Amino acid sequence: MKARVHVMLKAGVLDPQGEAVRHALGAMGFSGVEGVRQGKVIDLDLAEGTTREQVAEMCEKLLANTVIESYEIEIG
Amino acid sequence: MRAAVIVFPGSNCDRDLAVAFENAGFRVSMVWHKETDLPDGIDIVGVPGGFSFGDYLRCGAIAARSPIVRAVQAHCDAGGYALGICNGFQVLTETGLLPGALLRNANLKYICRTVALRVETTDSLFTRDYGRGQLIQVPIAHHDGNYHADDETLARLEGEARVAFTYADNPNGSARDIAGILSENRRVLGMMPHPERAADARHGGTDGVALFRALGGILAPA
Repeated sequence: MKARVHVMLKAGVLDPQGEAVRHALGAMGFSGVEGVRQGKVIDLDLAEGTTREQVAEMCEKLLANTVIESYEIEIG
Repeated sequence: MRAAVIVFPGSNCDRDLAVAFENAGFRVSMVWHKETDLPDGIDIVGVPGGFSFGDYLRCGAIAARSPIVRAVQAHCDAGGYALGICNGFQVLTETGLLPGALLRNANLKYICRTVALRVETTDSLFTRDYGRGQLIQVPIAHHDGNYHADDETLARLEGEARVAFTYADNPNGSARDIAGILSENRRVLGMMPHPERAADARHGGTDGVALFRALGGILAPA
């Protein structure tokens, strides 16, 4: 089975990389880009039977730093 | 007096830190990250700068889950001293031994230069040989030194005088100009600047010496 974890900086945490991308898009002539947030996608190849709770524990303990990041899990 | 310096794959300030401890009178053991125990009788653990595990995932994230760091946590939980510098500070925040996190520098640049720090408290073994408000010159060399914590945590750090050092001229976007913080029991210090690189006249500066010299008082009854 596979799981995909999306890790994003929490709202309110400054994302300087996202900001730099936003500036670059503006400079390239893409108007109307009002915000860019950059995150990570982590694909996990898991043994059958691995539970969402186990993936959540992986997120809490390693994949995300919950001081600054939030995560979402897609099983499937 | 005995110090342990933890070595991760990608640590690159470990030997400099060991020399600074040695010059302050410590006997130093270098401890590989796969070890599960610290040597007996360690008074202070140094977590050095560098790029542990290539900064993969997040700076310090993988190192913080290595076997030796569990032993470092136990050492700190038992009231032991620890000093995390640069990547070492990132490791200590990733373990939760110190609050907050280090984000990418606000200007996105890797910054490598000597900066002025203000000593914000002398109420710690690490900072007691400085004067409160004293400006010291210490090099920084980091890409992810932008200290972040929620407002409540920042208020608590300031209220409890746990901000050890601030930047006189904030180079990286750190909240409240924070360059280094202390744990609740004031025995764990994490800082982005490198005092071990300002510990010998040949480094071009000696403002870090007082920090290591002060640690010599570690044997004083707690």
